[in-house]
Amino acid sequence: MDLKEIYREIVNEHNLHPEHKHDLCDPTVCLHGVNPSCGDDIELKLKIENGMIKDGSFVGSGCAVSQASADMMLDLIIGQTKEDAEKTIDIFNRMIQGKASEEEIESLDEAAALQNISFMPARVKCAQLGWNTMKKIIEEDEK
Amino acid sequence: MNDYIKDFPIFNDRKYIYFDNAATTQRPRQVLSAMQRFYETENANPLRGMYKWSTDATKEYEGAREAVARYINAEKSSEIVFTRNATESLNLVAYSYGLSNVNKDDEIVICISEHHSNILPWQMVARQKGAKLIYLECEKDGSINESEFEKIGPKTKIVAIAQLSNVLGQPKDIKKIAKICHDAGAVIVVDGAQSAPHMKVDVRNMDADFFAFSGHKLMGPMGIGVLYAKEELLEAMPPFLSGGEMIEYVSREDATYAELPHKFEAGTVNAAGAAGLKAAIDYIQNIGFEYIGERERTLTKLLMDEMKKIPHIEIYGSEDPEKHCGIVTFNLEGCHPHDVATILDADNICIRAGHHCAQPLMKYMAFPMNATCRASMYFYNTEDEVLRFADKLKNVRGELGYGS
Repeated sequence: MDLKEIYREIVNEHNLHPEHKHDLCDPTVCLHGVNPSCGDDIELKLKIENGMIKDGSFVGSGCAVSQASADMMLDLIIGQTKEDAEKTIDIFNRMIQGKASEEEIESLDEAAALQNISFMPARVKCAQLGWNTMKKIIEEDEK
Repeated sequence: MNDYIKDFPIFNDRKYIYFDNAATTQRPRQVLSAMQRFYETENANPLRGMYKWSTDATKEYEGAREAVARYINAEKSSEIVFTRNATESLNLVAYSYGLSNVNKDDEIVICISEHHSNILPWQMVARQKGAKLIYLECEKDGSINESEFEKIGPKTKIVAIAQLSNVLGQPKDIKKIAKICHDAGAVIVVDGAQSAPHMKVDVRNMDADFFAFSGHKLMGPMGIGVLYAKEELLEAMPPFLSGGEMIEYVSREDATYAELPHKFEAGTVNAAGAAGLKAAIDYIQNIGFEYIGERERTLTKLLMDEMKKIPHIEIYGSEDPEKHCGIVTFNLEGCHPHDVATILDADNICIRAGHHCAQPLMKYMAFPMNATCRASMYFYNTEDEVLRFADKLKNVRGELGYGS
């Protein structure tokens, strides 16, 4: 898929009509994620109960790739256990580095479309912002 | 249509539209072959060897220094220090002149539209010496109101200002500002990274104390830059870097330094880069600033006229194309500049998107998302490229899912 197609078919929809971009009234954990050089900026909020990610949301601003990627991530990890979420994040990060199997990439559903972002080093950190923030949240929650 | 484009091997494939000339320009064959010739026929470590190749290399290197001195009308070539780029030149002034001459409660004045490389070195000096950093604020078009210059006063030791903003263009009257600085007893440091490729620079006429620029923005190689400084200032300044070939005598504990400009050029120098820079200067002078300026005005006017036909576009800076000097900064409503650049890249168009190393300006101007798109042209760009660019640009909002 070329980059225009990625935008047309997946990124635009999640950027312009994000399902999870709203406030969360009773989060158990929140974390701010920024890409200082781009100005991408999100606040990720999760409700984690008994090791299960019950709900999640984000607010913020930034490029379409950063916002859409965060939305797609929440699609995947809401309803997962923390362990499964960590595995999903690991697959996504390995996909970006070109080190994930086809089967693993398929498990990422729509987020798999961001695979080709790895050819654009300048945009990789946009795609990873939500995922890296999520990773930090889970790590902090475990402390 | 112009013939100069044929001098640039990278443009052989006309597929790409290169509109990021404010970041770096392309190099003509003449520059590339000057560097190759240096390595193929006279490569040796300049200034040291007692044999022909080394003296040839020295001649090449010093010849480039003389060409630079003529290019900016410096009185003596010993007032030209070669550095890696404008950033290093500005750091040299900050570390050497700044730390020696700025004291507690003194003031350093810079403009809000400066590039980070003309902000961070002064923040460092202010922090280390307990001095105050004061900003001249600009208007929407990038110009500075007369009253702002009242901020330059008896406490001011250094005024550092770009002749041309890398975001808004808008040439500054350096001669006038230099007079205000000198009347207040301050020195003026001019960042010429953007201006030196586009206009005739005369450091003596503008009475600049320091003038910094990069080779790569005027078709020279990357890795060679210039600092001009008045001789008496350089004489009094301590070395910035120390090491080889910048000394007179060295004992176990002490050293005396070499004459100007070698005192500021420690270590093996970039002689091939200097040879390339000289070729670039020859190339520019052969074309002439009259032609360069006229081409930039024509292209900028056409681009701005075409862009104004596109809905939901905001062009920043002056209404007058002439003030832009080839730089057109803009945003498409609702679209992040990084997404715009990515979509244009898919059409083989190269523009810059982001904060342009001028975050304080982005905040001050309240640009959406603190970022903009920037198309910057040079004399070798063509009307055809401008029209193709505008044609692709009008589809970008649609590609990003917005109704156009």
